[in-house]
Amino acid sequence: MKSLSRLHLPEAPARPGEAPDFSYVHLSPAGAISRPDVNARARDIAFLSTELVRVLDDAGTAMGSWHPHLDVADLQIGLRHMLLTRLFDDRMQRMQRAGKVSFYIRSLGEEAVSVAQCMALRPADMLFPSYRNQGLHIVRGTPLVDLMSQLLSNTRDMCKGRQLPVMYHSKPANIFSISGNLATQFPQAVGWAMAAAIKGEDRLAATWIGEGSSAEADFHHALLFASVYQAPVILNVVNNQWAISTFQGYAGGEQRSFAARGPGYGIAGIRVDGNDFLAVYAVTQWAAERARTGAGPTLIELVTYRAAAHSTSDDPARYRAKDDHEHWPLGDPIARLKLHLINLGEWSEERHQALTAELDALVVASWKEAVTYGTMSEGPRLNADLMFEDVFKDMPAHLERQRAAMRAEKG
Amino acid sequence: MANMNMIQALNSAMDIMLGRDPSVVLMGEDIGYFGGVFRATEGLQRKYGEHRVIDTPIAEGGIVAAAIGMSVNGLRPVAEIQFADYIYPGFDQIASELARIRYRSAGEFSAPVTIRTPCGGGIRGGQTHSQSPEGIFTHVSGLKVVMPSNPYDAKGLLITCIEDDDPVIFFEPKRLYNGPFDGDPNKPAVPWSSHPKGQVDEGHYTVPLGKADIVRGGADVTIITYGTMVYVALAAAATLRLDAEVIDLRSLVPLDVDTICSSVRKTGRCVVAHEATRFSGFGAEILSIVQEECFWDLEAPIQRVAGWDTPYPHAFEWEYFPGQARVAAALKAAMEVA
Repeated sequence: MKSLSRLHLPEAPARPGEAPDFSYVHLSPAGAISRPDVNARARDIAFLSTELVRVLDDAGTAMGSWHPHLDVADLQIGLRHMLLTRLFDDRMQRMQRAGKVSFYIRSLGEEAVSVAQCMALRPADMLFPSYRNQGLHIVRGTPLVDLMSQLLSNTRDMCKGRQLPVMYHSKPANIFSISGNLATQFPQAVGWAMAAAIKGEDRLAATWIGEGSSAEADFHHALLFASVYQAPVILNVVNNQWAISTFQGYAGGEQRSFAARGPGYGIAGIRVDGNDFLAVYAVTQWAAERARTGAGPTLIELVTYRAAAHSTSDDPARYRAKDDHEHWPLGDPIARLKLHLINLGEWSEERHQALTAELDALVVASWKEAVTYGTMSEGPRLNADLMFEDVFKDMPAHLERQRAAMRAEKG
Repeated sequence: MANMNMIQALNSAMDIMLGRDPSVVLMGEDIGYFGGVFRATEGLQRKYGEHRVIDTPIAEGGIVAAAIGMSVNGLRPVAEIQFADYIYPGFDQIASELARIRYRSAGEFSAPVTIRTPCGGGIRGGQTHSQSPEGIFTHVSGLKVVMPSNPYDAKGLLITCIEDDDPVIFFEPKRLYNGPFDGDPNKPAVPWSSHPKGQVDEGHYTVPLGKADIVRGGADVTIITYGTMVYVALAAAATLRLDAEVIDLRSLVPLDVDTICSSVRKTGRCVVAHEATRFSGFGAEILSIVQEECFWDLEAPIQRVAGWDTPYPHAFEWEYFPGQARVAAALKAAMEVA
């Protein structure tokens, strides 16, 4: 029977067996977009939400008014953090496949998002991450052993065995606990920033969400509250094109950029090449300055590509073109920063290989240490009594009774 | 001591806490300039300023989420949800976030948020201004759930909740705002000024969580209840000339199991009453506990009084409301079996 439906359904550009097609991604040439004053009003700079801020061109040359002119040392640190994030991800993915870790989520291809953004912020700024922001912990120096221990739910696990792998937190590093329910952190970050403003603190909050989960009401609550109270917050939408199998068109990206949600709420929105370390750094620095000078919140859309599966429980070969990632027009963030440094005469293939070997050794050594604190199957285990702690600050009588019952059950 | 209705007592609690603790902030729809649709925050914005008594957009999910973020940054937000019926847009932020931040971060982060919300019927509110959803929240691990039945307790409990380091859902039975209500809508309204619990200390004091109040001591039967039903239960027992022991739970989580069980062991008979719907209601939990702890002391099956399992209808409010007749029938059933 012929369908009578006139319903529009967004269509993925390339499904398995089809040729990759990224013609839908609007690109601006590197250096082409002007950098407005940090105190510009949101309504006067709406163009930033539909263009694409880029600093590095395809040849690795930095250009234009967004060029942050970072010290070479900082660029090298950025490269190191991104590389460490990737090597850590690689090893943990393999440990999941080897059955040592129950679940893992890589940030392959998106390393510049967390690393450059975190480097552009101050240590006192509070971060409300999503589950693909491990680079934040890398930049802020959370020991790999601690991250691995969380993945292993072992005796050193910061979450005391209560959270799915990758749901890290660190109070000393000012990185909030990851929920696992999508988008909830977005309006919480705004509340945190409102409190900073109420207390007169010179601190801001930054938070991350995927373009897919920007469909949640929490995203809109965040933009609304950020706008109403002009909270010192940076709201980041990581548009990696895919929400598991759902193409970004199903989150509303087909008709309008995600950054353009910002001007709709009276917030500055800015679309940036998420694989360009320099552009991401510059845009974040600009947004942070806006927040610190009272010019209000900023919504940043980081245009990138989820090069890996959503998680270890996912197989993208079932829903997208197999070699999609190789055709992504914005390339790879590590390769691009590396090329830029080589162009500057401040890096080489040899140094890159040496750094890779050094960082890989660090990952391996950290893993060796982490497993001494136990794995899911062997070694020391957390005491199951911990299950009943921290439900409340003080344990109420009914939980004491249940803890006793659990102990009796174990014999 | 001063005469206060429940609104004035709640206002006094927030006034005192705003005055004592600079980290306390109030937030909610219409609560600032206007003082709240039930006037609970009247005058507080004028006294403490717009930065501490904050009007918000109509977005309960946003209100709860922002309160969580504020509390993580060291404030102690008291968020008003204008009616308990409106709390559902904030449910994910309450059940998945607020309740679990301490747990999932192994105690590194916590969210000391108090959510105040008027509940219950008897005010011609229809199905969207009359609900008693407390049982939904008692089922969520990590939340404390409180419902006072008089001005004195309302103030002392609210201060306790604001000072508490765990999140609390604080239900205010709005039919009791202006006076005790025994379930008979045809009788003239009774003001709190004629009731001893309308005498409220003007200063700072607390009423502990997890401690039930024996409103009336008695030997014949134990009535376990809270909120508006305290007065309905007292009236029904009086009409039947029963020497009932009436227990006002005041806090549902944590629950005062000891007071409940020692009373039932003494009387051997038990009626549980709440205004909320019956099926999977909080009464079922009380029933289970009494059965588990006091089975061999019971002289008769435990009886349950509740709202019918329908939405709260506008035109049939008094057929819906678990009034004295429904309580009396349960009391008779509890007394009949030898």
